[in-house]
Parts: sequence; structure tokens; C-alpha cells
Amino acid sequence: MANEFLNLTGISKSFAGVHALRNVDFSIERGRIHCLVGENGSGKSTIIKIIAGVYERDSGSIVINGKEFEKLSPIDAIREGIQVIYQDFSLFPNLTVAENIALNQALRDGRRFVNWRHVHSIAADALAQIEVDIPLNATVGEMSVANKQLIAIAKALRQQAQLIIMDEPTSALTGREIKVLFSVIRKLQERQSIAFLFVSHKLDEVLEISETTIVIRNGKTVSAGERGEYDGARLIYDMTGHTITEKVYDFEPDLSQPPLIKVENLNAGAALIDINLALRAGEIVGVTGLLGSGRTELALALYGMLPIESGRIYINNKPAVIRSNRDAIAHGIGYVPEDRLSEGLFLEQSIARNVVVRTIDGLRNALGLTIPQKISEQVNQWVNALRIKTPDPALPVKTLSGGNQQRVVLAKWLASNPGIMILNGPTVGVDIGSKDELHDLMKKLAGEGMGLLVISDDIPELLQTCNRVLLMRHGRIVEEIKPKDTNEGELSSKLIKD
Amino acid sequence: MDQTTSRKSIFTRLSFDFYTLRLFIIALVIFTAFSLLLPGKFFTVRNMQSMAVQLPEFGILAFAIMITMLTGGIDLSIVGTANLSAIVAAMILTGLTGDEGAGMSLAITMPLAMLGALLVASICGLFNGFLVSKVGITPILATLGTGAIYTGLSFVITGGPAITTTQLAFIGNGSLLRVPIPVIVFIFVAIIFVIILNRSVFGFNVYMLGTNPTAALFSGINNDRVLLRTYWLAGLIAGIAGIIFLARTNSAKPDFGASFILLTVLIAILGGVSYTGGFGAVSGLVLAVLSIQFLSTGLNMLMLMWFPSSAAIFFRQFAWGGLLLGVMVLNYYTEKRRDRQPASIQSKDSS
Repeated sequence: MANEFLNLTGISKSFAGVHALRNVDFSIERGRIHCLVGENGSGKSTIIKIIAGVYERDSGSIVINGKEFEKLSPIDAIREGIQVIYQDFSLFPNLTVAENIALNQALRDGRRFVNWRHVHSIAADALAQIEVDIPLNATVGEMSVANKQLIAIAKALRQQAQLIIMDEPTSALTGREIKVLFSVIRKLQERQSIAFLFVSHKLDEVLEISETTIVIRNGKTVSAGERGEYDGARLIYDMTGHTITEKVYDFEPDLSQPPLIKVENLNAGAALIDINLALRAGEIVGVTGLLGSGRTELALALYGMLPIESGRIYINNKPAVIRSNRDAIAHGIGYVPEDRLSEGLFLEQSIARNVVVRTIDGLRNALGLTIPQKISEQVNQWVNALRIKTPDPALPVKTLSGGNQQRVVLAKWLASNPGIMILNGPTVGVDIGSKDELHDLMKKLAGEGMGLLVISDDIPELLQTCNRVLLMRHGRIVEEIKPKDTNEGELSSKLIKD
Repeated sequence: MDQTTSRKSIFTRLSFDFYTLRLFIIALVIFTAFSLLLPGKFFTVRNMQSMAVQLPEFGILAFAIMITMLTGGIDLSIVGTANLSAIVAAMILTGLTGDEGAGMSLAITMPLAMLGALLVASICGLFNGFLVSKVGITPILATLGTGAIYTGLSFVITGGPAITTTQLAFIGNGSLLRVPIPVIVFIFVAIIFVIILNRSVFGFNVYMLGTNPTAALFSGINNDRVLLRTYWLAGLIAGIAGIIFLARTNSAKPDFGASFILLTVLIAILGGVSYTGGFGAVSGLVLAVLSIQFLSTGLNMLMLMWFPSSAAIFFRQFAWGGLLLGVMVLNYYTEKRRDRQPASIQSKDSS
């Protein structure tokens, strides 16, 4: 094919005898948007790393720009115009926007001294190409995730990118930011004929942007096809090998019982203004809003990690003082944080230690020493109950996939038997099959009498799991919505409205 | 999938890995090499005894470095703390005991002196802990500062010269069932550390905090309290080391053991304690202490044989510095190679 930029044929790769990829074939054409879809652990990241030259393939051939590469090094890949934007963007947070965009080029040009005017003009030029307006002198660390991503794209462009691979590009973006990103991508595709490879498991986005979709499962290409050949159901089927039906959580709480937690006139600076809410046993209440709407602040305030200026909190009708998260924990509140990797998990520690970190106090003998047998009993109980897929709980948590990692965070809390769980972005970065199971788990917990507060901007998730959704805007709760009375389009337009 | 895991494995299997085995082999190789290089000198009863009594001085201090390093910090004030504690103990002994002092019996003054030393050491440690946890100063800077203060205080108290007393010599040179008492103290500290690190909630929290302080906070661990206790414990261990200094050398002086900081950091790193926190086991530390003692003695003997001058002492400094960097470079490459194996593969769905 004349327009072919890259072709993989029969790529296999195994690690320590485990097949990560088996005979994967696919090609990437210039100026086209491709989506690589698959569950976590299906081999998506292995493919990316092989294309980027990070991993060496065991067999198969790689042809880029008509050249066959016996051995592809990261430098070769960059020279051929392959740029990978990983989830962490690989930017320098303490440098300015201009420096981040331009310094790589200055380095490659072998400049010994920095010509600031030159740096600025390169950066301004790159940002102009994607038609976004970001202050060049701002520090990247202070930028929003969306802007960081645009900066990473601009940086890739400066390196003569012909193929830009983006790993889960939308997982931390709001609906509006995703629209901006997509329009930038379409512009680059049309004007500069740059190819894109999106790695995603957000199906609606795949359906929206993808021109060529490649689905892999267990290291094999399951299907590949043009836009229009796929709909949501087919994608899910191809990814998981079975069908997943959409459900709603229609639940009416028992109003005669006191709420598990009731909040009255809660204020915290500009972040939270006059918040009133009640959560009852069995409820799953969604809290949604754009980034900065106060949804995360609300979660942190209830978990005692954001100081409250005024307002009252009642737990089971009794006034409660929550000044620290240890106060909140004492009142039976658990919190699954937004950023699982940095706030929720001890990645290098074992699954076992992560599971018992909340409950280790209670697993001691009369001398105050921990009892290894009780620890492993509890660990095994939760690994089984939440079906955490691991050969051995002594392995570090970082060996798990996103969905299983999130289960470990949940196990950690569930082991301590909280009455109220606040889940911030419970399924961010979790593949579709796991996501569905996590939703079922949430409903099961609610069914057992727990109250769940789910902070999310994943609209299908809110509609499928919550019995009520609170919409936040500028620090206020502006509307309460029942999922059965609304639909995806309506809720997302309400969410985006400023 | 098989979820049954043997009792012991969950917590210890990963820490007692090939690293410990490698260290054991290193210690063995060093020992054998010097035994062969120095026939009739190194592998003798006398040398074994001599090494055994030298090792606890820095070996005990290494535990103080270890516990702070496990939280991702460090305590550079341990030698200052140890010397200040030794000086306080020596002053109590010389001031209260026998003809020279207030005429009290050693049976009373010795416990008093030890308590005094440990009290001072506790205060030093708690002050470090306060600066690190409540004030939030980076441990390396906080303890660099307090170390200077503690050493300065020692100079002010003594006016410079050593305070000599032979009253604890029976501990320094004594032995119980033919095992030198300092070695018994070292073993005791090691056992206490095994219990603290493997079986106490505090030890568990130390590992978790050292791995990820943010996640520790979100999980409800009282980070400030864990840090306070960590530095307090480090201070106490330094106090015990101070008493051993005094008992071994029959004197307490402000500037004893200046090279121990480098040495103990070297031991911790060699022993597999992660300087970013979260990982490290007593077994590794003890093997590192042994290796360092073998090296120290062996090199000394070699240097004396080859260059009978004072160059030996400088060479040793050089060797410690080089070894520290060498071990870290080696660790860097080992980890890098291990990271090449993508972790996610290990947990690939078995379905």
C-alpha cells in the first residue's frame, strides 16, 4: 500500500515464557487515525513498546517507511518519526512550556548555549500548528492535564513526528477537553498527514474518532476494520469475548432510617459553597462536574483532608467532627482516591501488605505482635472475594493490571468494614470487563447496607451504577438527577455547561 | 488459581531473596580471600575475637541508619548523639562513683549512667523526629544540623578533652559464656529489630511510609507519629552505641568515630536497605556488618604488611568511599535489568 507508514507482520513476544503477543499483524497508514483497543493485559502496551523500539520482538517483521528493521532501537523509531506520548507525558514539570517544547530540538541540533529567542519561536510555532493558546513562560507543572497533553503533542511535532502514539490520552480529561484534543488531532491529520495510534478502552471515544480500529485480546489480533464496522456491542464483544449488558441501579432508600452521613451548609473557601447532602444505606450517589467544580474537594472534605470552614456533618444523626482523615476513618468513612498510583497504593509493596494496611492493628496477639497466619488469612479472603488475579499475594501490587490494582485499593478498605465509601474515579484506567465487575461489586456493597458516594465524570458509569447523581458547578451542588429520568446526551450537555 | 500461600512467604519471601544470598556469598568470599592472603593471621582465634569486639561499635549504629533509611530519610546525627550520650554517662560515673566522686557504689551509678545516656539519646532522637515530622525539614539537612549541635554540646560540656573512666571496662572487655558482651548487645539489638520490623505494626508502618508517604497518609497511617518514633528509636540505638563506645575505649570524647557515618551508610546500602525507603531486612544488614568488618581488618593487615606506614588509615577511607559507590552502581544496573522484565506480564490473566 502506497500510503502505508508502518507494517507489523507476525509479531510475537514473550516474557519469561509467557506469551504477551502472538502473531500480531497490523498496519498504520499515513494521515489516518487508528485505535488500538483491548483490555488491560491484552498486550496493548507491549505493542506500543515494540513499535517504539523499547522492547525487541521475538519474531515477525517491522517495516517502517518501506524499510525493514532487523532490530529497531528507540533512536531508530524516533528517526523514523514515531513519537509516543505516554500517560505521564514525559515532560519536565519544573521547566516552562517553551523549554519543554523546544529543548529537545536544541539538544538534537547540538547547541551548547540556549538562545532564548530561538526557543520561544520554536515553541510558539509548534503551538500555532495545533492552534492552541498556552502561555509560553508558564511552568508545566502548574498546567492542567489537558494542557500538558497538548504540550506533549507540540513537542512531538517539533521532532518531525509522522506517527503519534497516545496511550490512554483521555483518561484524565473532561468532556470538553476531549473535544479540544480531538479537534487538534483532526487538524494535524488533515494538514500534515500525521498518523495517530490511540490506545484506549473508552469505547464511545473510540467510536467517535477512530478510522481504523484494531482490537486485541490475550496478545492476538481479534479483529481490525474501518469506521462503521464497529458499534459499542461489537467492540465489547471483541475485547472481552462475551457480551456485557447495560443496567441501571434503581433504588429507593428507606427514608425512615437516619442517613449514614448528612452534610449541612458546608463551606470550604471557594472550593465548596453551601453543600447539603445526605447519603443513606444502600444508596450509590454520584457526584459529577468538571475538573475544578468541587467534586474532588467535596470528597476530600468529607474524608477530612480538606479543612472545612463552616457547616455541620452528622454521622447516623450524631454530630461529627472531622478534622483529619483519621477522624473520618474513625467514623467509618473509607476513601478510594482519585490517583490510585500515588495516593491509593504502595506499588512496590506486596499485594498482601496493601490489603492489610488498614487492619493490621487488629491482627495482633496479646503481646502486640502481628500474627502472620491471620494476615495471610485476611489477605486470601479478600483476594478471593474480590477476585484479584495474581499467582501470589506476595508479589508487588505493581505487577497487577489497573482493574486488579483498584480491587486491591477496595480490598484495603472493605477489610476495615466501613459504613460509607467515597470512591473518586473508581474505574479510571480500568478495562471494560473489570469495570463492569467493579460496578457489580459496588452494587453488591450497597445492597449489604453500605452507602457509596461515587465521584466520576464517566457518564455511562454514573447512569449505570447510581440511584442519584449530584451535579456540581463552581463549588456548588446545582442539580440532583435521577438516572432513570435522563440519558447520556442530556447529562453530558449538563456536565459541560458552564 | 492457587491462592494458598505458606504462612511465612507473604512477608518474607521477597525480602529474603537472592540479594541476601549474594551478600552471604560476598561475606564468605571476603573471609576466604583474606584467610588465604594472610595465612596464620586472619583466620585465627585471636583475630576472630578482636573483630568480634570491634564490630558492635559501628554495627549497632548501622541499625539507627537503617530504620531512618527505611522511612526514606537518614540520621546523620547518630555519632553526635552517641558521643553526647557517652559523655553524659561518663560524667555520671565519674561524678558519683567511688573516692573521686560522691562515693556511691557502681551498682547504683552504672544503671543511672546508662539511663542518663539513653535519656539524652532519646531527647536527641525526639528532637530530630520533631524537626522531620512536625516542622518538615528534609531529614538529611535536619540531622546534619542537629548532629553539629550535639557534637557542639559535647565540646561545651567537656571543654574538649575526653572524660576517662574505666568503670565500664568490664562490659567493654568482658564476655559472657566466652561471647564478648558488646557482641551480645549487637545480637540483642538485631533480634529486637527483627521483631520490630517483621512483627510490629510500627515496623509495618515504617515500610509502608517509606514506600509511599502519600498513600500512607490516605490509608490513615499517622505519618508524623511513625517518623517521630523512627528518629526516637534511632536516637536510642545511638545511645546504646555510645555506652559501648565508652565501655570499649574507657573514655568519652566529643569527636570519637567520625568515620562511622560513612561506614554505617555504606553498611545499610550494602545490606540492601533502599535509600529511597520501604525495603531492607535485618539479615542483609548483619551480613553487611560482617563483610565490612572482615574487609576492614583484612585490609589493615595487608596494608601493614605491604606499606608499614600511616597510609593504611587513609587507604581504608578510600576503600569505603569506593565500595559505597561501587555497590550503588551495581544495584543500579541490577535494578535496571530487572525493570526490563515488564511486571504486568507476571499477572497476565490466567483465564
